[in-house]
Amino acid sequence: MQYSRISSMTLAVAAALALIGCGQKEEPKPAPAPAPAAAAPAPEPAKPEVTVQLGHVAPLTGPQAHLGKDNENGARMAIDELNAQGLEIGGAKIKFALVAEDDQADPKQGTIVAQKLVDAKVNGVIGHLNSGTTIPASKIYFDAGIPQISGSATNPKYTQQGFATAFRVMANDVQQGKVLGEYAAKQMAGKTIAIIDDRTAYGQGLADEFEKSVVAVGGKVAAREFTNDKATDFAAILTKIKSKKADVVFYGGMDAQGGPMAKQMKSLGLKAKFLTGDGGCTPEFIKLAGAASEGQYCSLPGVPLDQMPGGKAFGDAFSAKYGQIQLYAPYVYDAVMVMVDSMKRANSVESAKFLPEVGKTDYQGVTAKIQFDDKGDLKGGSISLYQVKDGKWEYRRNNILAGLPWSRPPGVAPRSTFKGCAPAGSAPVPPRRRSKCAIWRQGRGPPKDGPRMQNNRGFPQGKACPNLPAWPRSAKENGGGAF
Amino acid sequence: MIGAMVALTVIKLLAASGLPVFVIILVALAAAAAVCMAVGYTIERIAYRPLRRAPKLAPLITAIGVSIILQNLAMLIWGRNYHAFPPILPTSQHEIFGATITSLQVAIVLIAALMMTGLIILIHRTRLGRAMRATSENPPIAQLMGVNINQIISFTFIIGSALAAVAGLMVSANYSIAHYYMGFMLGLKAFTAAVLGGIGNIAGAVLGGILLGLIESLGAGYIGDLTGGFLGSHYQDIFAFFVLICVLIFRPSGLVGEKVSERA
Amino acid sequence: MMARQSLFERLRHDKRAAIAATVLMGLALAVFPFVIGSSLGNSWLRIIDFAMLYIMLALGLNIVVGFAGLLDMGYIAFYAVGAYLYALLASPHFGLHLPVWLIIPAGAALAGLFGALLGAPTLRLRGDYLAIVTLGFGEIVRIFMNNLNAPINITNGPQGISGIDPIHLGGITLAKPLTFLGYAIPSLHAYYYLFLALALLIVFVTIRLENSRIGRAWVAIREDEIAAKACGINTRNIKLLAFTMGASFGGVAGGLFAGFQGFVSPESFNLMESVMVLCMVVLGGMGNIPGVILGGILLTILPEVFRHGAGPLQIAVFGKILLDPEALRMLLFGLALVVVMLYRPAGLWPSTTRRREFRGESATDVLKEGE
Repeated sequence: MQYSRISSMTLAVAAALALIGCGQKEEPKPAPAPAPAAAAPAPEPAKPEVTVQLGHVAPLTGPQAHLGKDNENGARMAIDELNAQGLEIGGAKIKFALVAEDDQADPKQGTIVAQKLVDAKVNGVIGHLNSGTTIPASKIYFDAGIPQISGSATNPKYTQQGFATAFRVMANDVQQGKVLGEYAAKQMAGKTIAIIDDRTAYGQGLADEFEKSVVAVGGKVAAREFTNDKATDFAAILTKIKSKKADVVFYGGMDAQGGPMAKQMKSLGLKAKFLTGDGGCTPEFIKLAGAASEGQYCSLPGVPLDQMPGGKAFGDAFSAKYGQIQLYAPYVYDAVMVMVDSMKRANSVESAKFLPEVGKTDYQGVTAKIQFDDKGDLKGGSISLYQVKDGKWEYRRNNILAGLPWSRPPGVAPRSTFKGCAPAGSAPVPPRRRSKCAIWRQGRGPPKDGPRMQNNRGFPQGKACPNLPAWPRSAKENGGGAF
Repeated sequence: MIGAMVALTVIKLLAASGLPVFVIILVALAAAAAVCMAVGYTIERIAYRPLRRAPKLAPLITAIGVSIILQNLAMLIWGRNYHAFPPILPTSQHEIFGATITSLQVAIVLIAALMMTGLIILIHRTRLGRAMRATSENPPIAQLMGVNINQIISFTFIIGSALAAVAGLMVSANYSIAHYYMGFMLGLKAFTAAVLGGIGNIAGAVLGGILLGLIESLGAGYIGDLTGGFLGSHYQDIFAFFVLICVLIFRPSGLVGEKVSERA
Repeated sequence: MMARQSLFERLRHDKRAAIAATVLMGLALAVFPFVIGSSLGNSWLRIIDFAMLYIMLALGLNIVVGFAGLLDMGYIAFYAVGAYLYALLASPHFGLHLPVWLIIPAGAALAGLFGALLGAPTLRLRGDYLAIVTLGFGEIVRIFMNNLNAPINITNGPQGISGIDPIHLGGITLAKPLTFLGYAIPSLHAYYYLFLALALLIVFVTIRLENSRIGRAWVAIREDEIAAKACGINTRNIKLLAFTMGASFGGVAGGLFAGFQGFVSPESFNLMESVMVLCMVVLGGMGNIPGVILGGILLTILPEVFRHGAGPLQIAVFGKILLDPEALRMLLFGLALVVVMLYRPAGLWPSTTRRREFRGESATDVLKEGE
């Protein structure tokens, strides 16, 4: 199966040549017709060039098409960069090719596309965008043994199915909802909080977690209202919220509704602060909300781009090439990089060989430092809060921590905000226990190698970990309550 | 949808030119209406006229096909992103009996009333309107009476498209958002409203539209409290359909619809 | 056209030819997945599996729209009912794992009940009014599925239900390759055979229904309800029966869908799906079973053909990708709908009565064909 797995868009001619070109490497087995085994021949016999296909799936038509295209651009950017580097893996020059597909955010299309990618013998899959399509598709990738890294599917179920091939480089709804809820109740001093969600898997999941978290820290949820992901008019529910005198409105949903919602809040004279999750954390939100966006909040998993090494460069390069980043492009970019990084470490582009390495990832991405837990979720991971200032999302790092129990005293350098804390006694923590202070910092497993730990945004060892409720780690611990 | 998009493009083009606001809006409105009229006429010519005698479901399928085509064309032309409608109109808020409305909303209500009056006059007071009513009543006989039904039907499409263009502009101005997918739900709601009131009756359509809007908003706002949180605003879309079904059980041709002729 | 008809005529009269044709057809259908799987890849096989499901749906809707002439735009609701019933009774969600042979008939029965529920208030409606009410019904079912996660979690709301048991009989599960007489039949192939068998069963039932008293009563109602009533047909019961029968087919297809996908969520059952099934029926040829089957296959496969073809075609013609292939794909699909309807307004393969009727109505067409 060696290189026959690696196929390419190269046509039959190349395939024929490949048989000659790769003679000295593993003999490629003839692959089924639609995906011809094609290791393009290199001039020198020593360095065969191999094309590695990575699948990418997102809705490219329909209401979420703008986000889908953004994801695809993120993946494309990563691939172009990698190709420019001229990587060599397993003694062969590697050329990456992106197979971009459209799933229309429809679960049925999602599985068809997934099967198509499996047939095309892609080496790995980046995506899908929506949890609704990612979950059914992940079974197909799992059956085929193809690693899948999603940059945007946040539904906890995705990684709870027990598929060894499923990973995500994005905090899930439980993680984000918890942080947001605590922030709203404590930091924003929300006494009466109204929650709106858009009745999608994403919005509802996030809003439910937010509600739980608010209640857990003693906040009061005054109203729970609903809209849908195609709505443009929110006057009815906002009027009701106004009558309940809510001082914080949380919206679980996307920017296309969040923006107009913030605007209508203002035109209805609703003075409450507006808070939304990653779906609303886009420039579109500001564009759509206009002046009403000023002072509103949103959260994004990870650390702002310009605080990450290489993040600023990525942002600039992306904007120059594809225009403004919509939302998940950096995460998708990281997902591609993580996958290729695993290939490098495994010294193989074969799915079966580099899959174990994906789980061991320790990669400094542009959104976060990426490590996976045993389920494929992002370990630890941080969540940043932003506020609109002068028509721009501005990172509010101080606000994140000041009101939270593990806050640092004001004046400490901002970088330490993400360093978190160590449990008392500060023995190396086994991954599953480590979770207590997982949200705010990068995860840390048992130290494998000293120097790397240093880079691991290490936190002051010995500082006692505040006594937080344990993080739900599995479906069972969640008690199904995540839904 | 096309109306909103065209108007948006024109407004963006003209916004820099320094013309007075009302001129810009008028030009945008005219451009949007013109483009929509052209599109409406073309669609009628290509997709509906050849099917005038076909089984009644055939035009429905072409309508679906055309809407898929238009949506994707719009996506190719205007891109996948949401567009913010430029806030060119000064909007001021007014408190009236505890409710907050903006001047823009007042303007929209006025324009809508104006257009509906115009339409009623057109249908009931002019020769053209009479021809239209005759055509909808019985095309072959209208033809025998010397009505050029092809021309009339084309004309209704043109008027309908122009109205939709104006409505599209108003919707996107009010919500300051325009997107290539925005037309779908609006079209559905419009259809529901027309059926609720009774097809072929302008007063009915107006009544249906107002009722539908009220039911949705009030339903979203108050049903949740009335049912103890069981039916909250997440059932917003259901209220309208539920009322519709109830109305149609007792009045199978809409609230003010005339008796449907057999085999309509 | 003529050749095909005469072939059918021959098959109808010549018993031996009919048997030979059936055997040939059966063989072709049996070998089909292996041909597709090895030549075009498993994604196409999955598409074919979905096409089978859509054929069942289209045949069910055909009873309502094609036979009884009642426009139903919310048909997907029944599909959803079947799918959700399967998901609830065979998944970790409630911890229930009932056997398939129990769930699928139950799904059919429940969907049938829903069909009657929809039928009852709409008996007096027709045309656009009926369309909007059925559409509303479809949306109501979907919205309830989307929201019934509180106060009691029944459907798990928008998150959908995952981890649904694959279709299994006793110890045999279709999720893994089956071993049969020493041959391994891959999962997708096994599903193909199951779906094919059920689709054939539904085809058989529909054909028997079409030629029965009930079938004739449906057609009578379609042609003229008042005349049918005058002839002593109990139009109320017969119409309700059409809704119920059609819905129960949808329920079966829904159950199979849930078992096949392993995941159901309300977004699979939106309005667009209803519209697509309706397109299959109308495009293929309302009221004509082979036509409806053809419509089901075509409309499932066409978007996929465009998906595979849009990019490479542009490269071949223009040398580079000018238009976004994904936008182009849906554009072509819309265009195909319009063009087919313009050139074959009665559908691709209309029933003979319908064709005759259509010709009779428009003398010009007959003239054109005569030229």
